[in-house]
Amino acid sequence: MRNIVSRREFLKYTSGAAAGVAAVPAISEAATAVDAGAVGLSYQQKSIGRAAATVTNQPVQFSFPDAASPCTLVKMGAPVMGGVGPGGDIVAYSTICTHMGCPVAYDGKERVFKCPCHFSTFDAEKGGQMICGQATANLPRIVLKYDDEDDSITAVSVDGLLYGRQSNVL
Amino acid sequence: MSTTKDRVALPPVNAQKTNLTCHFCAVGCGYHVYKWDADIEGGRAPHQNALGLDFRKQLPPLATIMTSAMANVIKDKTGRRHNIMIVPDKACVVNRGLSSVRGGQLAKVMYTDDGVARERLRNPRIYAGDTWYDTTWDDALALYAGVTKKILDTDGPTGILFDCFDHGGAGGGFENTWGTGKLMFAALKTPMVRIHSRPAYSSECHATREMGIGEFNNSYEDAELADVLMSIGGNPYETQTNYFLAHWLPNLQGGTADKKQKWFPGESTPKTRIIFVDPRRTPTIAIAETLAGKENVLHLDIEPGTDIALFNGLFSYVVDQGWHDRDFIDQHTNDFDVAVNANKLSLDKCSQITGISVAKLRLAAEWAYKPKVSGQRTRTMHGYEKGIIWGNDNYLIQSALVDLVLATRNVGRRGTGVVRMGGHQEGYTRPPYPGDTKIYIDQEVIQGRGLMYAAWGANPFQSTLNAEQHRQVILRRTSIVKEAMGKTRGASSKEMVDVVYDAVKNKGGLFLASINLYPTSLASAAHVLLPAAHPGETNLTSMNGERRLRLSQRFMDPPGVAKPDCLIAADIANTLKRMYEAEGKSDMAARFGGFDWEVEEDAFNDGFRVAGTSGAPPIDSQGGGTGYIATYARLVAAGNNGVQLPIKEYKDGKLVGTEMMYMDSTFDTRDGKAIFKPSTWPGLPKVVADQKAKHRFWINNGRVNEVWQTGYHDMYNTFVRDRWPMAFVEVNPDDAQSLGVASGDVIELFNDYGSTYAMACPEPSIKKNQTFMQFGHWNGIAGNITTPWVDRNVIPYYKGTWASMRRIGTVADFKNSVTFKDRRFA
Repeated sequence: MRNIVSRREFLKYTSGAAAGVAAVPAISEAATAVDAGAVGLSYQQKSIGRAAATVTNQPVQFSFPDAASPCTLVKMGAPVMGGVGPGGDIVAYSTICTHMGCPVAYDGKERVFKCPCHFSTFDAEKGGQMICGQATANLPRIVLKYDDEDDSITAVSVDGLLYGRQSNVL
Repeated sequence: MSTTKDRVALPPVNAQKTNLTCHFCAVGCGYHVYKWDADIEGGRAPHQNALGLDFRKQLPPLATIMTSAMANVIKDKTGRRHNIMIVPDKACVVNRGLSSVRGGQLAKVMYTDDGVARERLRNPRIYAGDTWYDTTWDDALALYAGVTKKILDTDGPTGILFDCFDHGGAGGGFENTWGTGKLMFAALKTPMVRIHSRPAYSSECHATREMGIGEFNNSYEDAELADVLMSIGGNPYETQTNYFLAHWLPNLQGGTADKKQKWFPGESTPKTRIIFVDPRRTPTIAIAETLAGKENVLHLDIEPGTDIALFNGLFSYVVDQGWHDRDFIDQHTNDFDVAVNANKLSLDKCSQITGISVAKLRLAAEWAYKPKVSGQRTRTMHGYEKGIIWGNDNYLIQSALVDLVLATRNVGRRGTGVVRMGGHQEGYTRPPYPGDTKIYIDQEVIQGRGLMYAAWGANPFQSTLNAEQHRQVILRRTSIVKEAMGKTRGASSKEMVDVVYDAVKNKGGLFLASINLYPTSLASAAHVLLPAAHPGETNLTSMNGERRLRLSQRFMDPPGVAKPDCLIAADIANTLKRMYEAEGKSDMAARFGGFDWEVEEDAFNDGFRVAGTSGAPPIDSQGGGTGYIATYARLVAAGNNGVQLPIKEYKDGKLVGTEMMYMDSTFDTRDGKAIFKPSTWPGLPKVVADQKAKHRFWINNGRVNEVWQTGYHDMYNTFVRDRWPMAFVEVNPDDAQSLGVASGDVIELFNDYGSTYAMACPEPSIKKNQTFMQFGHWNGIAGNITTPWVDRNVIPYYKGTWASMRRIGTVADFKNSVTFKDRRFA
């Protein structure tokens, strides 16, 4: 049966997503204390950059919560569902299709993410809602936090299960 | 559904594993159900979970499909909690590990008291005055069977009406069509029956069957082998998803060229081409262009309702060119000359009627019917669905199409076929219908005839034609009974039967029972609700669009005291039997005998496995005379690949079936020869033409990928409901502008027959003065504005109505939360 690991403990020691991926097997098979107080997964927050540096409809690639999970941040230019920043218009999504894990591409003309494998499309301006397709979940939204003191954008958590994982935090 | 959004519980290696065929379209994808104790989780290492996957790291693309929608926590009758996970079967030849948006949510829609299915009926319910009360089966049956008996004894069986499923999958299956059929046809002997979306007891494939060709005559594999695929009035990416993705897609991408060369040595294998016959540019057409290249896709965007003329034009041209198969026609068919004369239509005339240029018509004929460079006949597979089934004269369109197919011998050869794509799976086994005419039941109801009505796994409020008038009459007539029941206090079941009978017999009332999973919109008219079960809660056999029979295994209890339909039918019959026995009427009691079934397998063994055996009564069964070879145990062993009907034999521990029909060119007619049928172009029916003359917009309508049927599950499923909170209507952007309509506005659509409403989706590929509205939705009923016109077999022309439109206003919620972007992949 599964050994439950404290994600916070684990991340403390791996201090970086890329290292974390490689380290997972060894760690996960070791029994460690459960974080009894936690209800949600412990994501390690990640700074993405400054809102002022984003350009409308210019996608920014990053990874979250670890290097194996590619994401895209886009400033939409007008307030959108789940948007943060001074204009309430900055959103980010996982770019792995929730159906079968193919990489989705951002189409700046339509402002949608498109999967080439089974043709699912997701609306960047409507919370990653599936427009048409075979996925059973919308595109996982990266929950962002905006700090107006330093204009920083931080990835906080993921709303939705990332493809190919039992848990969003490996 | 899993309660956490960012993780799911994995099945341990020793989790129970059973087979489930998805019931959310005709294709029937194979799935595995894992069930295990809710307090246990499998580990992330591959040897620690039943999926055998390594979840300690990110899985690569296409390794699995596993989302929160595929997991759930259910409770059994003892209160014990179990995790379930329902994932597609990679070894199933139907879907090869793929899941659609519908099947991918099989686990999510299984019953839990706080999940999507929380509104399921757990107990029988009776409407008393102004409220529903839960009751026992005995109490509900005393009323239902009591009213039935009173009517049967006093007025005869024609007072007893049904709207009952006749298919497979959810709300169907061989067990349940037999159980309901035996009750309606052998015991009650009523001919007053309609079928879920059909206003009479009729097939949707009369013409092709009379011509000797059953509508499911090839295998899904043939779509991989065809030189040309022709999709007629179909939209397979959305409505037969994994048939398209697992079998059409590889062919369109050239991935099956080696297979073709191996199967057909010496034949040239040109680049696969695809022809669509559809007035609308569907999402499937857009995807086909991506897959095969625009140059290999031909869209015959005909004028609405002109299919007969199209096929007659192609047929006449093919014969003129000498591309028909003379030897085959001489040896294996009758009445070719009759069709040649009756269907004669020049390409010029065909072009005028259909709106397709002569050049395009000629190109279609060359692609599909001109012999190949290597000399052999082109292998063209014709897949048709609602554009024909619910088109301008179902019988004539099918005749015209099959004439063309027969002339070019595109049946009974691998890589060909003329097949119904199907909406849902099939599962027909019933005693013969007790009548020799087709009765338009909706009109009987509207005209005040019939005393009681049971809607069984059917909801005519959302899925019939001329629906507004039909619904209004039912609401009015059932309210008479409600009032009478409401005024009665302290009555025994027997006394209540008399109250109901008086209301239906003397006051114009109609007593209505709904037998279903959910209350549905029909609850607004019903007096009794009986709770049914669906696959997973009951063992169920069905066949898909290639006649593939599978057993969906029961893995959980139905909610409350819900039961499979066959056992509900048995309960009704047994209650009536006891009532007649109590009165000493042994002849009537005998009519309701033969329902001593304990479990659903008893119904399977009583119908499907008896048909055609020596001494058996007449039974119409899609299993034919060899259904007896299939047993539950053999079907469990056959797994998600099952066996293709008809079964040939059981050999070496395996069921052996039939991949392709008519390989010996012997057809299902008395002399074995297929029959050509005359199908002269008739124009539009007058009632339809009258609406066209009065109203600006053609209201095409049909299904959408994300929603299953009437949305009986989906209306409670936020993933689907957030996407489609109301029926949508695609409108040309210029038309939208002229109406002052923007995305997300609500539009009223109205004509002489009724009015409905829909959420506007401006869509550039929709032609001016045309629209496409979602069919079957619980919020916006397309059938309200369908005319009452039907063909000779009482098949509606759902696709053919015209209406006016006006903007009602904007629902802010829709505008904010629903995407209105292009659904056509480019």
